[in-house]
Amino acid sequence: MTLVAPFTEITDVSGSSSADSRFVRRLLRRPQAVACLVYLAVLAVVAIASPILLPDVAAERAGDLADSLQGPSSQHWLGTDSLGRDVLQRLLVGSQDTLIGVGVALVVVMLLGIPLGLLAGYVGGRLDRTLCWIADLVLSLPAMVLVIVVLSVFSQNLVAAMVTMGVLTAPALFRVVRAATLPVREQLYIAAAVVAGLSPSYIVRRHVLPRIVGPIIVQLSLLAAGALLLQTGLAFLSLIAGPPAPSWGGMVADGVGVMFQQGWLIWPPGIAIALTVLALGLLGDAVRDVSTEGWSPKRSPSRSTKQREKKGAHAPAVSVDDDVLLGIRNLTVSFASSGGNVRAAERVSFEVGPGETVGVVGESGCGKTTTALAILGMLGHGGHVEDGEAHFAGQDLLTLSERDIQEVRGSEIAYISQEPMVSLDPAFRIGWQLEEAVRANTPLRGADAKRRVQELLEQVQLPDPKRAARMYPHELSGGMAQRVVIARALAGEPRLLIADEPTTALDVTMQVEILELLRSLQREHGMAILLVTHDLGVVADICDRVVVMYAGEVVETASVADLFAHPGHPYTQALLASNPHNQHAAGMLPTIPGSVPELGAMPPGCRFLPRCTQSTPACELGTIPLLQIGERHESRCVHAREVRST
Amino acid sequence: MKTMNSDEQILAVRELTVEYPQGRGRDPLRAVDKVTFDIAQGETLGLVGESGSGKSTIGRAILGLVSPTAGSIEFGGQDITRAGSRERRALSQDLQVIFQDPYSSLNPSRTIGATLAESLRLHPELSKDQVRDRAADVLGRVGLPRTAIDRFPSNFSGGQRQRIAIARALMVEPRLVICDEPVSALDLSVQAQVLNLLSELQREFNLGYLFVAHDLDVVRHLSHRIIVLFGGQVMEEGPAEAVYSKPLHPYTKALLDAAPVPDPVLQAARRTRREQLPIVSGAGQPAGCPFATRCPHALPVCHSERPTMEVTPVGTSVACHRWRDLNSVPTLELPDRKISHAR
Repeated sequence: MTLVAPFTEITDVSGSSSADSRFVRRLLRRPQAVACLVYLAVLAVVAIASPILLPDVAAERAGDLADSLQGPSSQHWLGTDSLGRDVLQRLLVGSQDTLIGVGVALVVVMLLGIPLGLLAGYVGGRLDRTLCWIADLVLSLPAMVLVIVVLSVFSQNLVAAMVTMGVLTAPALFRVVRAATLPVREQLYIAAAVVAGLSPSYIVRRHVLPRIVGPIIVQLSLLAAGALLLQTGLAFLSLIAGPPAPSWGGMVADGVGVMFQQGWLIWPPGIAIALTVLALGLLGDAVRDVSTEGWSPKRSPSRSTKQREKKGAHAPAVSVDDDVLLGIRNLTVSFASSGGNVRAAERVSFEVGPGETVGVVGESGCGKTTTALAILGMLGHGGHVEDGEAHFAGQDLLTLSERDIQEVRGSEIAYISQEPMVSLDPAFRIGWQLEEAVRANTPLRGADAKRRVQELLEQVQLPDPKRAARMYPHELSGGMAQRVVIARALAGEPRLLIADEPTTALDVTMQVEILELLRSLQREHGMAILLVTHDLGVVADICDRVVVMYAGEVVETASVADLFAHPGHPYTQALLASNPHNQHAAGMLPTIPGSVPELGAMPPGCRFLPRCTQSTPACELGTIPLLQIGERHESRCVHAREVRST
Repeated sequence: MKTMNSDEQILAVRELTVEYPQGRGRDPLRAVDKVTFDIAQGETLGLVGESGSGKSTIGRAILGLVSPTAGSIEFGGQDITRAGSRERRALSQDLQVIFQDPYSSLNPSRTIGATLAESLRLHPELSKDQVRDRAADVLGRVGLPRTAIDRFPSNFSGGQRQRIAIARALMVEPRLVICDEPVSALDLSVQAQVLNLLSELQREFNLGYLFVAHDLDVVRHLSHRIIVLFGGQVMEEGPAEAVYSKPLHPYTKALLDAAPVPDPVLQAARRTRREQLPIVSGAGQPAGCPFATRCPHALPVCHSERPTMEVTPVGTSVACHRWRDLNSVPTLELPDRKISHAR
């Protein structure tokens, strides 16, 4: 009985409270961001300095007319325009108006869009509806026309034009901010902050805003690019920055006019505009990534999921029995992590007979789900099978190509997950989604497929199958959704169903019904089930045999009757003991001291040793093999026989 | 494990009713229907039921996260049914919460220290260092190291996060903690650790708990009294051991039989017993007992008339028209549930 909690070394992360300086440092570690920042910084310096250094350019009506329309030369690096003025100088000086225009528009957009979006999303109700209505109204106004109208009143006034532009595009940011706020508002930590008596303004500033900076920054970078294009467009039309004032848009207009005499002239301003738009977009992406990486979980560099390495010659030749439907041998799965490859499952071997239900039990992080996903070839994010075989119907699933395994999935082996809602597409009716599965896994089409869908819905005992087929996923309860997912899994009449914690997210009363359903389906179809669960009660209810996993290894396999009557591994015993059902009401619940070792930090010798109450020095000596301790009963414990008889 | 140090009532809920609007033209959904209970200092009240039974809504109403349609909630003698934001702020020093989902209940972008410090924002007299010391102390108390302060929630497992959520609730030395399914998302072995921690803390700080869960096995360990809810109404209530070992309401029995036990022989027996009952699929809302549509023993009267709460000889109260004849009480042969022991 431990009072002070088990605590495993927390993985180190470079996060700390002085977030700002770290943010900059992380941003500067990205070459793409550095390039964009350098470009934009140079542009800003140019925009400020060049009108000061080149005071005459802005008012220069004409240069050396004899020298007009020249290409790049040592005298005029970027050539001269139709009036003989230096293109480079005009480009540099013209950047000022461009940047001022973008800046004004962005400030207006932010001042309007962010506070109103937060307000609408956080407060909701009538205020939200009113603000959305206004936003829709503004968005429906033709922006360009209104800007031109404003310019006809405030002739050649850049600021007036860009403020108008800001007001008219603010609803775009408003809607992004509002939409990002809505899901954050539903998070429990907001409820916890409300209960803690924190003021709404504090909650919005400290809890909501930091979570939505990502989309805001991306939207701002898009709006900045849009403002830049509008500004240059207006200058192109001479609505702002009329001659002789230099502007990028005006220069493009000038170049277009003389395109056939000198095609070069549209390139310098065109490239300047394109580069600036690109820099804004890329910087937005980089800032977004960096602003969230401080607190988001570390993701290992993604690698191909199908890196199935060739098995070495040492792999023993396996004879596959007829009474084995799925035979797993020496399955080893590793994941790429920051500290190299870590093994999530090691030398896992077990068998599933036809029509048999095998439970895989253990705590989180013991490799249960990894094993199931490896069999299906669905390891994501840098996971790959290092070694092993998974024989199913005469073929090794681990050597199949992606296309072949796809054939097997669904039609021969079906899979249902813990979260039924997540695996249903919210946009389509249940009937349609099931029909899709029927068409993918059977030759049935049209009315036949529809009839099959009805059959499936009846099989999973949905109260009103006809009505259920017309429903959308959000109209289903958790239990009904799991029934629908099971119906979909049955579409191809699979011989094996892999169910990953199928009832964990459900109420106990729903759990009973789903287990009942699985049992009856198994009776009728002779389907085998591989059931991943952490609940030994579920195992006792439905399984024939059990595989207990701990820290990536199989530590015990036995028939259900054997396992519960004579558990042969201290871990199994501890799991049984910590089940709340077995306890008297008074007194502390027995727990397993400590916690599952981190991947890649396995203790030498027996992996359960640090948490075991029955260990001896012999347990530290090398890898512990699986020992036969009874009829189809194996345990990875050097003291298995004594443990079993206690 | 269960000790009550005083009989002082801290929470009194009277005929609490909460309705959710269902949109135009439709009757509001009554999530909680005239529920009444008290919680004393240092006492745990277990609130059990399936999803849709209204158990979480009751907790949220007490916390002010939803507003009651009718009834009253008193905390420490003060009516807080419709407390304003200023009253709520003061209340936050005495009333705290632990949510079910340890992933969504901690802001992933804030360090643990920042999250814990927030609870003390109403104490501007405390210096930054004092707040930090307090956070480190509380983290130590829930079994996490001081260094956790500067880390982010993503560095912690589900069980550890739930300890952090408990630490947040303890920062202000509350009198009552609403535990909304605090262990439902955790592995069984971790569940036991967290339940043990909660009961230690209760003894140490004389905390009152409203413990909301769907699993009677879990609730029984911490609770002094249990209320079983269905369809927003109280089905059965009473001392925890009596409700658990001598359930009289068909729904309480169904709930107990539903949780599979880790013993294949016993489980098979339970399954056979359950399969012998007629299967009733629930649909529609009766005017009478909300469980009538799913109850294998329902009579016409169950559909038409709401049963009243009746006190039983075992010290519980039950709302069922048939509790007497179903449990053959005249001879007082009440069903005694066997508790299995693995070995």
